[in-house]
Amino acid sequence: MATEGLHENETLASLKSEAESLKGKLEEERAKLHDVELHQVAERVEALGQFVMKTRRTLKGHGNKVLCMDWCKDKRRIVSSSQDGKVIVWDSFTTNKEHAVTMPCTWVMACAYAPSGCAIACGGLDNKCSVYPLTFEKNENMAAKKKSVAMHTNYLSACSFTNSDMQILTASGDGTCALWDVESGQLLQSFHGHGADVLCLDLAPSETGNTFVSGGCDKKAMVWDMRSGQCVQSFETHDSDINSVRSCRLYDLRADREVAIYSKESIIFGASSVDFSLSGRLLFAGYNDYTINVWDVLKGSRVSILFGHENRVSTLRVSPDGTAFCSGSWDHTLRIWA
Amino acid sequence: MERMIVSMQDPDMGIKMRNQRLLITVIPHAMTGNDIVEWLIQKYGISEEESLHLGNLIVKHGYIYPLKDPRSLVLRADESPYRFQTPYFWTSTKWPATELDYGRCHRATGTDTGCHPFAATLSATASLAAIYLAKKNIRKQGDLIEHEKDNYNLLHKRINHTWDFVVMQAREQLRAAKQRRKGDRIVIDCQEQAYWLVNRPPPGAPNVLEQGPERRNCHTTRVQLTKNMDYYKREIEYCRKAMARTRVKSSICLEGYIKFNEQYVPHDPIMSGCLPSNPWITDDTTYWAMNAPTVTIPTKLRVERWGFNFSELINDPLGRTQLLEFLKKEFSAENLSFWEACEELRYGEQSRISEIVDSIYQQFLAPGATRWVNIDSKTMERTLEGIKTPHRYVMDDAQMHIYMLMKKVGEGGAGQRRAGQDPDVSAGPGLLPTVPQVGPLQEPAGRGHHSPGDQEAVRAGAEPWGPPGVVPAGSDPVLPAGSSPSCASSGIPAPARPCCCPRAMPRRGAGALPPPPCPRRRAESPPALRERPDPAHSPAAGPCRQ
Repeated sequence: MATEGLHENETLASLKSEAESLKGKLEEERAKLHDVELHQVAERVEALGQFVMKTRRTLKGHGNKVLCMDWCKDKRRIVSSSQDGKVIVWDSFTTNKEHAVTMPCTWVMACAYAPSGCAIACGGLDNKCSVYPLTFEKNENMAAKKKSVAMHTNYLSACSFTNSDMQILTASGDGTCALWDVESGQLLQSFHGHGADVLCLDLAPSETGNTFVSGGCDKKAMVWDMRSGQCVQSFETHDSDINSVRSCRLYDLRADREVAIYSKESIIFGASSVDFSLSGRLLFAGYNDYTINVWDVLKGSRVSILFGHENRVSTLRVSPDGTAFCSGSWDHTLRIWA
Repeated sequence: MERMIVSMQDPDMGIKMRNQRLLITVIPHAMTGNDIVEWLIQKYGISEEESLHLGNLIVKHGYIYPLKDPRSLVLRADESPYRFQTPYFWTSTKWPATELDYGRCHRATGTDTGCHPFAATLSATASLAAIYLAKKNIRKQGDLIEHEKDNYNLLHKRINHTWDFVVMQAREQLRAAKQRRKGDRIVIDCQEQAYWLVNRPPPGAPNVLEQGPERRNCHTTRVQLTKNMDYYKREIEYCRKAMARTRVKSSICLEGYIKFNEQYVPHDPIMSGCLPSNPWITDDTTYWAMNAPTVTIPTKLRVERWGFNFSELINDPLGRTQLLEFLKKEFSAENLSFWEACEELRYGEQSRISEIVDSIYQQFLAPGATRWVNIDSKTMERTLEGIKTPHRYVMDDAQMHIYMLMKKVGEGGAGQRRAGQDPDVSAGPGLLPTVPQVGPLQEPAGRGHHSPGDQEAVRAGAEPWGPPGVVPAGSDPVLPAGSSPSCASSGIPAPARPCCCPRAMPRRGAGALPPPPCPRRRAESPPALRERPDPAHSPAAGPCRQ
């Protein structure tokens, strides 16, 4: 009825204004406890000296752009995936390839190593996440043992095992994240709330191990409770897709706000991936201008810029014991830096 | 990038352009490669290497083009002349056709002779490309480069119907060009050349315009978030919850973060190096062998880390065995087993949930169970109720309770020792100092500076990573930065070097445990360092190891 429609519009409008005023109040609340900036607190910390990091290993073998990589807990093996559908497991210390499998799709944008070291997971334009057990048989046929675990309605952008080989967390271009049981392929929990493609995720190292953060094309970083599927916190200060931002931002979860921005006028290309060194003092970021910038997290300044890749850096991760980090690039190679 | 380009062309602050010589021709409004590099260095305060790299990217993207060697989009930091590309040719200038993918259209219709629905718009770029190649073809009298020849033929097939127009245009443009001065002709040729190199890269050359699979942001419609009543209701609920959450003052959070840094920096191989050496740098894997998950003798650094917070201890396989040993002595080993079983439940297979819950109940929770764990009645009640409908998280409360219990016990033992209190009063033999350790042979040659730091209570007080910790009674004496531990000149009674036991070396940063006992050091141990006699001069302590 016309009158009902009118009533609904009024309620919609009033709801909208209520939501907006609450958002404003929330910002005020957040701002109340912001009594100091990071660089002020960090004044007493000594500045870092010159850093010299070099490429210690170059892994060649992918026939096309390297899109993703992950370390094994043994601190030397890595898995990497590329645009041509190939997923390779390397002993990066010796640069030998130990396993290789060809996915039935191109643009394998996500790959992960299982905590036990006995399996890998990967996915991309096939909208799925598949798990492959790793064996050491002579004529291993990895493709035969493939297990399809996750099913999304759009490309898979990131995946990660939780504390065990039996659960996988995925992020997708369909705007959702999901937690899956590997054995049965069952969906255990889904996480809705991003307004656009979700591009990356990371699990919290907290003692309770119950949360993870995801970043998306809607410029938001959202923190989720794995048990309930609810978003418990979100940060929205980035000015573009959280996968090609020109500035890296640091958010403090307890203070519930952004606490630092890492950017430089001369950096005009976006950063595609970041990782902290073991102590959290250094932030390594790989950029689309083929370089890796090393930031002093506390002082907010850039410590070093690393050249070497011949195309954009698409993925970057520090090794589990912090001795080195690995970067993968569209120039078909991976480099280990230390 | 375009903002940068605009500022480069700023009449006052931009690059100074002059007439440049190209062999005998004079080209106006040009600059040298050197000019570009210098300007970038000045403007952004970057190094020459970075400036050259950045400049090269600008050229690769077609915003500046070379006049001397137009086939190669490379910036040379010398006297080679360059010019700014006209905005008409900028990659961001969206011509209606450039958004259409050449190949995609081809696949869509599967035909060779033009694509019907897209014919009108596609032919815009196709015609331009065709005209460009036709001109070249005429000028070079058919002697085109391989891939240009292929493209030319392909275009010929596709827009066959307008080919006469293409050739006519090409001829017309060539004739008009002849009227121009040589300088202008060169500039126009280079401009065009650069544009096509960027937009139709030769095979093998990287395509700087490639972006990867399409990503939609919230301005496109793939993920529908209709802003209806439900949406706003959810927003309101989220805001309400968020308002109610406890926040912590920035100063406290940031201090906590800094403390964490300071505590972990000595353990960060990239910051502080690692002993004997970083395997990646020296190809020597001893470091990994020494730090393998299960090793008979853990390194000093590793043991120190267990003291940072409980999760470090329990998550390290060796630490966990130590914890188990300790708990056994306290007759509370079932707690760890319970915790481990709960972890298995939380991260285990979906199909085994009921089975695991049942097993946990039988072993740990049932009245009269062999390994009954001591949980408070409320939690027990809740848990038993929850078991009726078993799910992955049904043991969470109980698990947390037991975890906290172990944490208190585990840290209590070690914590009291750190505070330097009389060990006889402590809860037990304490966890950590009884572990014989391997230490590094000398101070690692760290990279960059460490902050000798204020030796405050830099300990597990670093929230949220650690428990509200026990503050060591009095700080350890601060070593003057850079001094070797054996330095006695400052008058600070450092544990002397003469003992070759590596454990004699004080550690900076962490609220260090008192160095484990070394029988040889007894005589040298300066009384000023400790408030009471060195607790662990028992011969039962592990032998001195290198």
